[in-house]
Amino acid sequence: MSKLFSKSLNGVKVKHCKNTMEQETVVMPVPDKVVIPMKQHMGKECDPTVKLTDLVKVGQLIGDTTAFIGAPIHSSVSGKVVAIDEFISPSGEKNKAVVIETDKLQEMDESIAPPVVTNHQEFVAAIRASGLVGLGGAGFPTHVKLAPKNLDEVDTLIINAAECEPYITADYRTMMEETEAVVEGLSLVRKYLNLKQVIIGIEDNKPKAIETMQQAVSSMEGVSVATLKSQYPQGGEKVLIYETTGRVVPEGKLPSDVGCIVMNVSTVAFIAGYMKTGVPLIQKRLTVDGGAVAEPKNVLVPIGTAFGDVLEFCGGFKSEPKKVIMGGPMMGIAIYDMKFPVLKNNNAILAFTEAEAAPPVETPCIRCARCVNACPFDLMPAAIEKAFKAGNVEALKGLKVNLCMECGCCSYVCPAKRNLVATNRLAKKLVMESNKK
Amino acid sequence: MTNKLTIAPSPHVRDRVTTASIMQTVLLALAPAAVASVVIFGVKALILMVTCVVTCVAAEYLFDKANHKANTITDFSAVVTGLLLAFNLPSTLPPWMAVVGCLAAIIVAKQLFGGIGQNFANPAIVGRIVLLISFTQPMTNWLIPKKVIGGYELVSGATPLALNASGLVEQIPDYLQMFIGQRGGCLGETCIAALLVGGLFLIFKGIISPIIPVAYLGTVAVFAVLVGEDPVFHLLAGGVVLGAFFMATDYVTSPVTDKGKLIFGIGCGLLTMLIRIYASYPEGTSFAILLMNILTPHIDNFTKMKPFGAGGAK
Repeated sequence: MSKLFSKSLNGVKVKHCKNTMEQETVVMPVPDKVVIPMKQHMGKECDPTVKLTDLVKVGQLIGDTTAFIGAPIHSSVSGKVVAIDEFISPSGEKNKAVVIETDKLQEMDESIAPPVVTNHQEFVAAIRASGLVGLGGAGFPTHVKLAPKNLDEVDTLIINAAECEPYITADYRTMMEETEAVVEGLSLVRKYLNLKQVIIGIEDNKPKAIETMQQAVSSMEGVSVATLKSQYPQGGEKVLIYETTGRVVPEGKLPSDVGCIVMNVSTVAFIAGYMKTGVPLIQKRLTVDGGAVAEPKNVLVPIGTAFGDVLEFCGGFKSEPKKVIMGGPMMGIAIYDMKFPVLKNNNAILAFTEAEAAPPVETPCIRCARCVNACPFDLMPAAIEKAFKAGNVEALKGLKVNLCMECGCCSYVCPAKRNLVATNRLAKKLVMESNKK
Repeated sequence: MTNKLTIAPSPHVRDRVTTASIMQTVLLALAPAAVASVVIFGVKALILMVTCVVTCVAAEYLFDKANHKANTITDFSAVVTGLLLAFNLPSTLPPWMAVVGCLAAIIVAKQLFGGIGQNFANPAIVGRIVLLISFTQPMTNWLIPKKVIGGYELVSGATPLALNASGLVEQIPDYLQMFIGQRGGCLGETCIAALLVGGLFLIFKGIISPIIPVAYLGTVAVFAVLVGEDPVFHLLAGGVVLGAFFMATDYVTSPVTDKGKLIFGIGCGLLTMLIRIYASYPEGTSFAILLMNILTPHIDNFTKMKPFGAGGAK
């Protein structure tokens, strides 16, 4: 591991708010109804493989796609398909969703059995069949990640356990409650992909997790724990690669191009469980927190459960919720409806009070350069905003807005409270559209 | 659920720092020098400071109102401009002249260009230069605190830089006197000790980067050595410390990147010394910063950041 870094990347110090750290995960009872969208990943939407009034069982395939970038979808409950609805994702995409009324029996699908895996190809096929996507938030299909074109050049598996978003402690709970599964999962990936080393990156605000993981891997050669300073966004893929290995992912390239594969810690823990039981991805550990939540906790929730049901399970509200967020406060998406379902890549539900949700007042840019100094990738958000407002696509290309990972550091630090990262998103789109022409 | 949920782009948490809180911190950093100016120059200094602050704030408020624009005085930037302009005036200046300078600063240099964030030149410096050129005699009518029995007395005299320029070296006060402000000069520029306290406070609080002040003052010292002048004298004399910490570091009119700040600071130092040594004005701080303000967009263009991973490995 080359440790000759010139310096670590920029970022911001955020209030951790890891209030639920010591809250052991509780299993939420099956709700009356689940809504399971046919797209819970990056890539192509799945087609439903069930019809109205079909009876489904737990773990049964209910949606699949032939596209390479995509992941099948399974039922999280047993019950009856009562609707195949249109579902509007928070990004505004229209997808289908299978609505299942549960019978509360939670009968398992007969076809569920541990997969037989002897080589890389079978491993990847099994991962695809499990419906696994990156559980850290982005939702990239895991089987695609595990089958890079240049597999022989990949030597490092990086386990993303930074959990740099405030509030969220779901990955921390995974490490504490499923330590063995984490170790087993990373060993499986390492074995089938024939990787030289594994680095588990954990922020130093989780000393117990660092100690636990260090002990768990102490006898394994080539597996180490990297203690990262607590600075958002250490869990950003390119940031984590740089901070743990010193490697820089060049523009337009993938982590595998610098010999790395990055996987979230809960993703590898799931792999271990799946290889033993064959139960696909049908439930998710979530951190439920925020000023409006009566009993913040970590819960294990069937995928498709409505946010409202999860929040009710957490004691309802102690004050009126004004904003409900899927994910963390830095990159999460504000949702419009309590009926919104829990998705595979969701790791937190935050309900904010009126004070927490109050939109900041935007004032003119004073060129203080805080955004430039906060950007992990050395972008110039204020200059990007100016170029975007002028519609100057060439300038936006020169400013490399395409590299923005939308971590939100720029908006966070801006004293004028400008929505810089939102503008970056629009600017990226503008550049992409002009490239298509 | 009848209650409507707020939809907003991420991030959903923000840092506490606002434009107004930054300006308030700057005011706090200017406080020691403001107190020192009243101690040194008496109530006239206080009158000028109040006049300038009130005029600047009122001018911005009325300009916004007349143009049906949102009221911007709550960001405290007009207060900072007013106080900085007052710092750049001799204590003897008639207040009505100060009002003229404030109007030039706020209306011409700031609001006509679009208000906060849009001005290309530091408003307080524009205000000072307008006054210096329009009212040269009153703007160079200095008082010096002289030791008399039972305390100090303000007597007319020249600034150390003017004494140096006209060869009256023996009348120049010693280092300690210059450090604590016992010398002729504008009301906020003379007490170097107070300015340093404020300047270091701003650096410590992360409000300003140390690059511009260090590059500026460093260049002044090196230049002085190279032309055979006393570097300590050139740092303590004139308004270079006030300029380096509080005027050249103005966000709006200085470069954004570290490299740009370095170039900007060196440029300010060079121009200040060129004017002091070779031009007809004894002091060049204001002109130096104004000229570098004009170059700022070009410096920004030349010193763009190279993004992480852009076009290959870092």
